[in-house]
Amino acid sequence: MSKPRLATLWLDGCSGCHMSLLDLDERLLELATKADFVFSPLVDVKEFPRDVDIALVEGAIGTDEDREKILKVRERSRLLVAFGDCAVTGNVPAMRNPHGTCCVLARAYHETVTESPQTPTENLPRLAERVCPIHEVVAVDLVIPGCPPPADVIHEVLTELVAGRMPDPARLSRFGQ
Amino acid sequence: MTSTITIDPLTRVEGHGRITIQLDDQGFVSDAHFHVTQLRGFEKLCEGRPFYEMPSLMARICGICPVSHLIASAKACDEIMAVKIPDTAMKLRRMMNLAQILQSHALNFFHLSSPDLLLGMDADPATRNVFSMASTHPQLVRDGVRLRQIGQLIIELLGGKRIHPAWVVPGGVTEPLSVEQRDTILRMLPEALTITLRTIDLFKGIVDRFPEETRAFGNFPTLFMGLVDDRGGLEHYDGTLRIVDAAGSRVADGFDPRRYREIIGEAVEPWSFLKFPYYIPRGYPEGIYRVGPLARLNVVDTALTRWADQELAEFRQLGHGTVLSSFHYHYARLIEILFAVERIEQLLSEKEILSTHVRAHAAPNAAEGIGVSEAPRGLLIHHYRVDGQGLIEWANLIIATGHNNLAMNRAILQVAKRFIRGDRLQEGMLNRVEAVIRAFDPCLSCSTHAVGRMPLAIDLVGAQGELLHELRRR
Ligand code: SF4
Repeated sequence: MSKPRLATLWLDGCSGCHMSLLDLDERLLELATKADFVFSPLVDVKEFPRDVDIALVEGAIGTDEDREKILKVRERSRLLVAFGDCAVTGNVPAMRNPHGTCCVLARAYHETVTESPQTPTENLPRLAERVCPIHEVVAVDLVIPGCPPPADVIHEVLTELVAGRMPDPARLSRFGQ
Repeated sequence: MTSTITIDPLTRVEGHGRITIQLDDQGFVSDAHFHVTQLRGFEKLCEGRPFYEMPSLMARICGICPVSHLIASAKACDEIMAVKIPDTAMKLRRMMNLAQILQSHALNFFHLSSPDLLLGMDADPATRNVFSMASTHPQLVRDGVRLRQIGQLIIELLGGKRIHPAWVVPGGVTEPLSVEQRDTILRMLPEALTITLRTIDLFKGIVDRFPEETRAFGNFPTLFMGLVDDRGGLEHYDGTLRIVDAAGSRVADGFDPRRYREIIGEAVEPWSFLKFPYYIPRGYPEGIYRVGPLARLNVVDTALTRWADQELAEFRQLGHGTVLSSFHYHYARLIEILFAVERIEQLLSEKEILSTHVRAHAAPNAAEGIGVSEAPRGLLIHHYRVDGQGLIEWANLIIATGHNNLAMNRAILQVAKRFIRGDRLQEGMLNRVEAVIRAFDPCLSCSTHAVGRMPLAIDLVGAQGELLHELRRR
């Protein structure tokens, strides 16, 4: 049997969930012998590949580009895992919703600026009017709560998934942990 | 016909970025831009929240250097409470910041940059990563994993959690250090020192393989900015700002970082969500400066610890007055790891480090607070205003990666001009453009605080603005 193809992706999050994945330390190297990391911020692959078995997605949907990405990830992955509170609930990035995109942009690019205030748009994605969790855009197969989920939880979940079993992360972690 | 190259997403950097390189009719590089492609809006989304929530909230700007955000934020809140926090709390916070510098620098060197440095800039992208290196360079990978782990373990021992510990609070920290915790940390330090010294030796053995990269990786005169302590020593928690020019002359010294708005302006360019800070007296963009490990070593008189000072003397030989090539960020980072290990040991040997008086309590007493710290990537500034109830009314954040934005853009242009020819485009050329960004170690999650994350891609764009070639590695 060939090794499961594992992908990790980072949308509107702080990278803390990915750092918690790195906190597997030597267990991460061991995992890399049982599964292939076919896409991740840690490897030099630029295009999300086809036939991914397990996709771990950190972060909420904050731009039109995030939306395109998650649709592609869904289409190309057998199992999509919402990885951490931002992906699961919107969490911190969604706190900007009550303020409205234009006030957020005004604060960043007009009110605090001393030279050429303007809203950057060239070659850049458009901010979503409302930041939302992943499940509002695509179907999610598994959620791992936590901000970030502890390394031990990630380890247990991935070990189970790589072995072809379905874990129950809700038993292991909780929101805001 | 001109064209544009896009590198997207940028890989092995902490975040999401994209690079576009503009070619002229002859296929020579005419311009290059580094785009940060997301904005998260922390300066706005904190409004209306109680000030005491800020450290925990602001830590979520970045999972790689949450501790530096915790500290800058808590210091701004200390000012809002108008308290002087207990000495021991200050030392404990300082220790946690050093542990984080250790783990973050290890992450950059071992996990992200070492594939370029040890496998080579032109190595096969399919295996140019830390997972492949586990079989080609097992000792190095083990060292990297262990060193980063030691930093994370120190953070966990102090704060109960490796990422986003809720232990740093306005007024100090929530828990004192126990004898057992102290001794556990002390027992890990000799191993950290051994690994770091071994890695420095290894680095010195390979650096000569990169003469062209050293020459062209963001090698130009700029100002350098960093905190120094009252002896001119390396400082990551308090101190005053010092700015030196390329020749090493002091442009500003003893400057209170609370007055940052007098010297640091922020500009916006239409093609990036990351703003462009500049040194106001020199204007925009002439007021270009660099921060972070290279800048910190360029501004200090001394490191104040034995091993780090020994290496600092060697580091200085790389330049005249200051070290200008951004390739040397790598060496500077390793020297700072040494410093962090030595300094943590010093702090732990002080008797009052075990004091249980670690937190001051007060209601909000001031309408404004400014807190700074040296994050792994450079100076970090949090500035808040609150109403009478202590609810946040306004916030401004300047993060380390932002300070380096002008320099990073100039650096990719320099590298692209040196290595890229439109008529014979090779992957290794593009990897060098990414590698210079890795040398700066930008924290793209930080950069997108107000701003967003960055995917890194390279587009080759024609003179008419049409997309000629998109280089996306598969
Ligand atoms: S869940 Fe928490 S740790 Fe993960 S990306 Fe969101 S803020 Fe960061």
